[in-house]
Amino acid sequence: MKRPHMKRPAIAAAGLCAAAAGASFLASADAGDEPVFSPKQLADMLHLVMESDRTVYTRVIVNRLTLQDKVITASEHFEDDQALALPAQMFRFGSEMVASKSEDFSYSLQSEWAVNRQNMPRTDAEKTGLAYIAENPGERYYTEEELGGVTYFTAVYPDVAVAPACVSCHNEHPDSPRRDFEIGDVMGGVVIRIPLE
Amino acid sequence: MGLAAILAGRLGGEDRRIFVPGATTDGHYQIEMACTACHTASFASRDDLQAACEGCHADALDAARDSHPKSKFTDPRNADRTALLDARYCVTCHAEHEPAATHSMGLTVPEDFCVLCHAGISDERPTHDGFEFTTCASAGCHNFHDNTALYEDFLLKHAEAPAVVPGGAIPERNFASIARYVETYPIDAYPLAALTAADADAPASAQLSPASAPPRGAGASAAAGFDAALLEWEASAHAANGVNCTACHAGAGAWSARPGYEACGACHAEEAAGFRQGRHGMRGNAAALGVELPPMPVAEARLPMKAEPRDDAVDCGSCHPAHEFDTAFAAVDACLGCHDDEHSLAYPSSPHAEPGSDARAGRVTCATCHMPRVEKSYEWGAYVHVLVQHNQSDGLRPAEKMIRSVCIECHGLGFSIDALADAELTRRNFDAPPGAHVPSIDLAVERRGSAARTTLNHARQGANE
Repeated sequence: MKRPHMKRPAIAAAGLCAAAAGASFLASADAGDEPVFSPKQLADMLHLVMESDRTVYTRVIVNRLTLQDKVITASEHFEDDQALALPAQMFRFGSEMVASKSEDFSYSLQSEWAVNRQNMPRTDAEKTGLAYIAENPGERYYTEEELGGVTYFTAVYPDVAVAPACVSCHNEHPDSPRRDFEIGDVMGGVVIRIPLE
Repeated sequence: MGLAAILAGRLGGEDRRIFVPGATTDGHYQIEMACTACHTASFASRDDLQAACEGCHADALDAARDSHPKSKFTDPRNADRTALLDARYCVTCHAEHEPAATHSMGLTVPEDFCVLCHAGISDERPTHDGFEFTTCASAGCHNFHDNTALYEDFLLKHAEAPAVVPGGAIPERNFASIARYVETYPIDAYPLAALTAADADAPASAQLSPASAPPRGAGASAAAGFDAALLEWEASAHAANGVNCTACHAGAGAWSARPGYEACGACHAEEAAGFRQGRHGMRGNAAALGVELPPMPVAEARLPMKAEPRDDAVDCGSCHPAHEFDTAFAAVDACLGCHDDEHSLAYPSSPHAEPGSDARAGRVTCATCHMPRVEKSYEWGAYVHVLVQHNQSDGLRPAEKMIRSVCIECHGLGFSIDALADAELTRRNFDAPPGAHVPSIDLAVERRGSAARTTLNHARQGANE
């Protein structure tokens, strides 16, 4: 499968990716094969879609039907419980579907306080990045890392509690290692990786 | 003639056994002559081989909500784990043609493979402290792929269920009531209306053909054989639901004296598909194998089989002989006509065989457990087909897969887990309460304290208070 068109990012001494050229309108079909976006821009755009879809699902589907209309619940075991899938599960299912179709990028939802310990940061970049976004609200973290012999551009974005359901579920889940979340808190992060050629 | 010429001749011919590098596993030996089903190309890559594995097994993994999907191992953040256990590829754990290294479930990796990624489990689950690696996959604890009956909340939800559920019964089949909704069902030609012998539409030529209605008994005529077949058909569910002679014998246009499972599958597509996925009919799965293989003779089974049917080929008619299509026969007698292992032979003396063991159907049969009734929803619930899963292997990979589809219809989860973990009890066909005990429910209750489940309902409850 072809790699997305992108420019290799300029890497600053601190390991952060410097912003590359801005997005430009593709005027012709031939231009569609020309590199336009830097990995950082690509990751930012991917995250914008992920964050928006995730927020819409949480508010328009889960909150509306479980809290406002009270017609259905949302459950970790949504099939057995005939309930809505949790927002984090919807996110993960999308991530798994992408993984089954493409190796051009990957993404995951992680947290230093993950309910499932497998979703706690594992790589150095994840550990550093998740700590950074928790300590610096509103900021993102960009770096490069080598995993399995492949160099990746890795971006870490804050995942903020946008609804009461996010907070209550994590504060009450028996496997949750942290139970004092409030609306607006950074609960974890979205990690996007793009392999660099 | 040189060796190369001999090998080339074998490669192009039917007898390719000389090329089998080692005994094939129980799951694949029946199709080992369809080499290209797995080895799709000369010098095929690992990815090619993986595509072949997924071609046959992906649906089952999806249905089981695979606990370790390939995406876990393609995720770069798990590259270090994938280096230890490359579960992007089935053959990492299920290598073929390696009989000396193969243990249960076709596994060819050392039994401690769970530890490679979960060595620190006791930090997260103190109840697991001190457990040996050999206990991870005990019946009732964990399954690498399918944990649909073993996850913690499911254990808690069923923690208090009694050993025997009063009134337990398997669901009733309903094909006749939903046939009109099945697109492939020839409802216009064969309306769901009872037929009698006078309505039979077999052509005169067929009525005199010994091939279509074999004479019954020495000296009996073809006509007598036809009459006997007619009576059997008249008493069958087929006649009761408008399925006339030509529906099976002339489904493709021309009269066929011995319709194959294509004819059965024309109406019973789900059942035929399941049959081709299981060990009874996997040789007929030409779509997956890429070649037509003859049905397996009973003698080639690796389980103990009786001598008399050794040359019989296994097809639909093996268990559903025309023209009675007696499902009671298919559910027990057909099985015991071939199977000669201790578990099968012990069935008649099992409590399952006693009248009333199934509150609706009368008794639990071989098919009750090995060919369970499953619900398939169409058009998002517009109608639901309660059908018999004809892949009798599906619940045995491993046996705890039967828990949800079978056991808990009539038994508590804990009882079921313990029973399936007791190999000796299984051999004796469950003639006594389980002698084994798997502590999975105990551990879940110990850790969680109650059967409270985690849902976003918490927020809803809070809003209501």
